[in-house]
Amino acid sequence: MTNVLIVGAASAIAEATARLFAEEGCRLFLVGRRAERLAVLCDDLKSRGAEQTASHELDMNDFEGHEAMLAAAENSIGPIDIAYIAHGTLPDQKACQDDVDLTLQEFRTNALSTIALLTRLANDFERRRTGTIAVITSVAGDRGRESNYVYGAAKAAVDSYLEGMRQRLHKSGVRVVTIKPGFVDTPMTAAFDKGLLWAKPDAVAQRIHRAITKGGDVIYVPAFWRLIMLVIRSIPRRIFKAIKL
Amino acid sequence: MTEGTRQYRSWGRPDAALSRAFRPRWRDFELPGDEGRVLPFGNGRSYGDSCLNPGGSVIDMRGLDRFISFDTETGVLACEAGVLLDEILRVIVPRGWFLPVTPGTRFVTLGGAIANDVHGKNHHLAGSFGHHLRRFELLRSDGTRRICSADENADWFAATIGGLGLTGLITWAEIALKPVHGPAIETEVEQFTDLDRFLELSDAAHDDFEYTAAWIDSTRPDPGDMRGLFFRGNHAPAGTPAPAAPRPLPGPPFTPPFSMVPSLVVRPFNFLTYAKPRAPRGIAHYEPFFYPLDRVANWNRLFGRRGFFQHQSVVPRAVAREAVGALIGKVAGTNSGSTLSVLKVFGDATPRGLLSFPRPGVTLALDIPDRGARSLELMADLDRVVMEAGGAIYPAKDARMDPAVFRQGFPRWQEFETYRDPGFSSGFWRRVMEENL
Ligand SMILES: Cc1cc2nc3c(=O)[nH]c(=O)nc-3n(C[C@H](O)[C@H](O)[C@H](O)COP(=O)(O)OP(=O)(O)OC[C@H]3O[C@@H](n4cnc5c(N)ncnc54)[C@H](O)[C@@H]3O)c2cc1C
Ligand SMILES: NC(=O)c1ccc[n+]([C@@H]2O[C@H](COP(=O)([O-])OP(=O)(O)OC[C@H]3O[C@@H](n4cnc5c(N)ncnc54)[C@H](OP(=O)(O)O)[C@@H]3O)[C@@H](O)[C@H]2O)c1
Repeated sequence: MTNVLIVGAASAIAEATARLFAEEGCRLFLVGRRAERLAVLCDDLKSRGAEQTASHELDMNDFEGHEAMLAAAENSIGPIDIAYIAHGTLPDQKACQDDVDLTLQEFRTNALSTIALLTRLANDFERRRTGTIAVITSVAGDRGRESNYVYGAAKAAVDSYLEGMRQRLHKSGVRVVTIKPGFVDTPMTAAFDKGLLWAKPDAVAQRIHRAITKGGDVIYVPAFWRLIMLVIRSIPRRIFKAIKL
Repeated sequence: MTEGTRQYRSWGRPDAALSRAFRPRWRDFELPGDEGRVLPFGNGRSYGDSCLNPGGSVIDMRGLDRFISFDTETGVLACEAGVLLDEILRVIVPRGWFLPVTPGTRFVTLGGAIANDVHGKNHHLAGSFGHHLRRFELLRSDGTRRICSADENADWFAATIGGLGLTGLITWAEIALKPVHGPAIETEVEQFTDLDRFLELSDAAHDDFEYTAAWIDSTRPDPGDMRGLFFRGNHAPAGTPAPAAPRPLPGPPFTPPFSMVPSLVVRPFNFLTYAKPRAPRGIAHYEPFFYPLDRVANWNRLFGRRGFFQHQSVVPRAVAREAVGALIGKVAGTNSGSTLSVLKVFGDATPRGLLSFPRPGVTLALDIPDRGARSLELMADLDRVVMEAGGAIYPAKDARMDPAVFRQGFPRWQEFETYRDPGFSSGFWRRVMEENL
């Protein structure tokens, strides 16, 4: 029996992934901002085969609440085998440029809250010498771009943090998986026109689930984004700074 | 929740309808007000324009696809209305339950199954989908939410079953499943060459076979010299090992400019289907038995950019031989021929919905490639036969019937109008309500 902690459980990508864990009969502990939505998810995942579901209302920017949440998780489903962190927001880049507080708030949500939680999780998993920690960052963290560098910088901070944590925890047999989605059709991106590069949460979730359960350190979802980002990263800076991306 | 303007397509027609798209993810959402032009969209498996709302707003239900409760002891299942029957089967069959009624594709939503009061191969014993519906929540454009069942808001219950998505939006529904021992189906098949024989076979199978339906070769005009295959089946008893479900086949990745089903292949296709050697009885997985077409993704694209029509009618049993004979005669007489033609005797269950299509009689479903005016004339001709026989045309499969044909087949439409949500409308409804009588 696998015990899975899902943070940001109401996210479309997290929900699609949770269904795959439920079908395997896992025990699920869901964390999110709105209790009534988590209750809807618990009912669904239970019907789909989850051995047990429980939930915990928490705004991840309430760092003080992290410890109590982890204790509640362990209390209810037992020691965590898989921690899957998915919460996030897509900042309004233009608005951030004129608003220091907003920029810092977005950084808090997309970087600090995750790093705060990872600090606790790393120690816990290292002590137990087992388990997998998986975090959704983004292709946007691979290179800062004019159109969303607040988001990109926050995701890049988490990427680097995970890279170091992976080295540290490798010795203890703990896996760390960095998940970098490209464009996914979710409420976060509802306002965008969707073209060929867009993927559905279900398809993305399949790949994420495989990486978490079967193996992979840093995955791009869908996989072709590895190539796209390779190209974007290799554009010489003197050209890059002059183009619009 | 707003998704901008998107293109929506139904299953048979190639032309897309542009609509403002809303995709709620949580049941507590509010409907957009859009000058009386809002329509729920399930999974677009209707063939014509009943699921389309050109120029209006569409509530895309696939974002509401959660299970609410599943009692594995009693088989009572509650889900959000955007769940696909496919997802329901994946969850219930391993626990010993099955859908009480299923259409010929499992890629329809729970809400869509209710809004067309869909029927399956067990209509003669089980009635239609509405007969197994316990209750649902109906959200209206004035913001009210009603729980509807046979006991509570019974009039809204009746108006919404087969109500074409026009009485409001079904947010969730509760159905009664049927117990089974596993995925295996015991099947039998028998050839027939005469329409009377088909009726005899149906009568003989009525009590002993839960599922019956027949395929017929629509290229042969003489009802006394037909080619048909009568299929019957039952859920297999406990301990029957089921063969694995066949692997899905890749469908066309895009719509080819021309039809891959030209009239030339219709005749040999029909002949081969008839003549293909088949064991008279066997054990099948439920997927190929109920959903043979689902194996090929997007098979509708094979009909090319022009698309195709479906013509599904029901005629009273007493005149079935003459009427069905005349329908097949007319289709065979053109070279537009139907690739896949299905016949089934409906049972005597009283329909639960004001606009339910399934009713006592014999139903014939034909698919008709779009060859422009010729196809439209052929179908108008078919409509005349059905009207003379006192029958009806299935709105879920229709893209072109005359308003008079609709009104004659669904005489309670005026009563229905009083339950229609003034904020809701569809391409189909605007078409059949046109004042051109
Ligand atoms: C291969 C194939 C085989 C088929 N076989 C059969 C068959 O054997 N028997 C049969 O009866 N039909 C059959 N059909 C037709 C199909 O079952 C119906 O058209 C069905 O209603 C489609 O469901 P959908 O979820 O795709 O809904 P859509 O086609 O998207 O919508 C259908 C109607 O439901 C309404 N609707 C959808 N969701 C809601 C909601 N939440 N609340 C209120 N209204 C809603 C829509 O407004 C629309 O009027 C078949 C179709 C195909 C493609
Ligand atoms: N969609 C894409 O194209 C894309 C691309 C790359 C990366 N990603 C990343 O994928 C992850 C999942 O996003 P998604 O696309 O599935 O979008 P989503 O459905 O909008 O999910 C985001 C979730 O994060 C939650 N959240 C936001 N701030 C929070 C906070 N302070 N505390 C707790 N929860 C908070 C939201 O909760 P509420 O429900 O309460 O609002 C929401 O459920 C995010 O990390 C996102 O950055 C997405």
